[in-house]
Amino acid sequence: MIDLIGYGAFFLTTALIFSLVTLGLNLQWGLTGLFNVGLAGFVAIGAYTSALLTTPDDAARLGGFGLPILVGWLGAMVVGGIAAALTGMATLRLRSDYLAITTFGVAVVVQLVALNAQKLTGGPFGIGFIPRPFGSLAEKPLLFNLSNLAVVAAVTLVAYLALEHLSRSPWGRVLKALREDERAAISLGKSARFYRVQAFAVGGAIMALAGALQAHFTGFIAPDNYLPILTFQVWVMLIVGGSGSNLGAVIGSILVWGIWAGSGTLTSVLFAPEQQARAASLQIVAIGVMLCIILLIRPNGLFGDRLLRPRLGKRAKVTTAKSSSGS
Amino acid sequence: MSLQFVIDGLLTGSMIGLGAIGVTLTYSILRFSNFAHGDFMAWGTYATLAVVSAIGATFGKVAPIAPLSFGWPLLVALVVGMAFTALLALLLDRVLFSRLRSQGQAIIVVMASFGASMALRSLLEFTFTSRPTYFSRAIQIAMPVGFGIRITPDQIALLLLTAVLVLGVHLLMTRTQTGRAMQALSQNAALARIVGIDVASVVRVTWIIGGALACVAGVMIGILVQIRPFMGFDMLLPMFAAAILGGIGSIPGAVLGGLIIGLAEAGAVQLIGAEWRAAVSFIILMAVLFVRPIGLFGVRER
Repeated sequence: MIDLIGYGAFFLTTALIFSLVTLGLNLQWGLTGLFNVGLAGFVAIGAYTSALLTTPDDAARLGGFGLPILVGWLGAMVVGGIAAALTGMATLRLRSDYLAITTFGVAVVVQLVALNAQKLTGGPFGIGFIPRPFGSLAEKPLLFNLSNLAVVAAVTLVAYLALEHLSRSPWGRVLKALREDERAAISLGKSARFYRVQAFAVGGAIMALAGALQAHFTGFIAPDNYLPILTFQVWVMLIVGGSGSNLGAVIGSILVWGIWAGSGTLTSVLFAPEQQARAASLQIVAIGVMLCIILLIRPNGLFGDRLLRPRLGKRAKVTTAKSSSGS
Repeated sequence: MSLQFVIDGLLTGSMIGLGAIGVTLTYSILRFSNFAHGDFMAWGTYATLAVVSAIGATFGKVAPIAPLSFGWPLLVALVVGMAFTALLALLLDRVLFSRLRSQGQAIIVVMASFGASMALRSLLEFTFTSRPTYFSRAIQIAMPVGFGIRITPDQIALLLLTAVLVLGVHLLMTRTQTGRAMQALSQNAALARIVGIDVASVVRVTWIIGGALACVAGVMIGILVQIRPFMGFDMLLPMFAAAILGGIGSIPGAVLGGLIIGLAEAGAVQLIGAEWRAAVSFIILMAVLFVRPIGLFGVRER
């Protein structure tokens, strides 16, 4: 029983960290319509920044500055936000696909730096001895897991409430207006690029914070944690939950992580050890097909409010009627 | 610095360029960046490999053509593989992309291609495992051609093949009715429809050319490097960078962009080290986006 609670707490902690990434993505994609296929890169930036700031001094690489954990999290958000802002500034004046390609490139480069810049990131072996909040409780796993869960849940809740507030604020309404009808919003005097860069930067900062939380939760990070599969998982979480809805982002994350972890356990029971790697790839196939099917038959996910852009006369009327009654 | 990097760069550049033709055509005609294009490469290569082994099983061991490392089975298999990859692209368009396109949101199609890419690649990993394989394990002796440059017969043959294919696609695009229809559709879709261009058939031709060339590029990687499920995914960033550097929609641009990136990568491998190779295309991509986002031969968007 105690084991079960411990596992439940562990599961929820991971799922909530995923929700935090998904919330960041929802701000970028759901609210603003910015396509980020390199979010694993921003999560990695946050994790490595916080690890560098808070670990004890290490002769083998730069720093280990031994700062408090909160400073690490703040640093992660700042660096992640700046990286996202730079990416946005480079590409947001161009077609939306260019942002997708550039973010993809950012993730590739971050992965390269994590692997090769040994002086900074510890190379393929990663960084260990990352201080954990409540590390003194590590003797009692249950209490330790629960307190971790409490911290992560509190951070997720704060981010959720802040994002809910932001999306209702004038700032959030400008973003929605830009997403739905860019020309109309610009004609009202809103600078599309400026608002988009802001949204992209804030989203990047949230992802970086999630990366930092994860790093301090596990105490160890390595380049393998930030492969394209992470980006893919988070996208599925957002699409399942419904892009545009913060609640959908959180619930979608917990749901998809549940399916993922559950099918992982199932394959480890069903398949022989030497077949595990193959079974794991089948798991990815299933999730990929699921993403495509949801996009085809229910693009709004469970809770999404994203409207299809009016195209034809008839549909335009329907969607405008819906949006005016909705707001 | 040895001049060998020129040959290495031209070869890598040919692979990137052949792939980038498909990327640039999909982007300009279907108006989305296809993240599954790299996986067309990998699927084409594994299909070719499967046909080669099937021929080997039926006809026994076939001697390679004089100086090359491969014989007629590979050539036959390559043609079958090209057809297979083209069909795969058409199939994916039928079940996924065309349906999403009709909903009118380009970026949803990009996302679907990202999902399809993951699924396709993992399916390869499931079927063939992630262990690398090869068309041939024979080692070729490189011939010195002066200036400290060495080249193998395979490399010469593949460079020639690339030149022939690029010339062929270029002639198709500029001299035939189909090619002109493709250009018309990429320059002004609405007007192209008005003058009665059959959009569905242009879309089909686009996928066939893109898929077939992706297969050739993949087989080149298979002959010169190795065959892995991730081989195409790792080419994605260089291909996008080449297509944007050359100017979206331009076939000569895509090839030239590929060659420039190939040469830059090969130079960087010599100067800085092989581990930073993948960063080269990102740096070039960012430079193009800042300085000249329409690329070398691009036209401004209408």
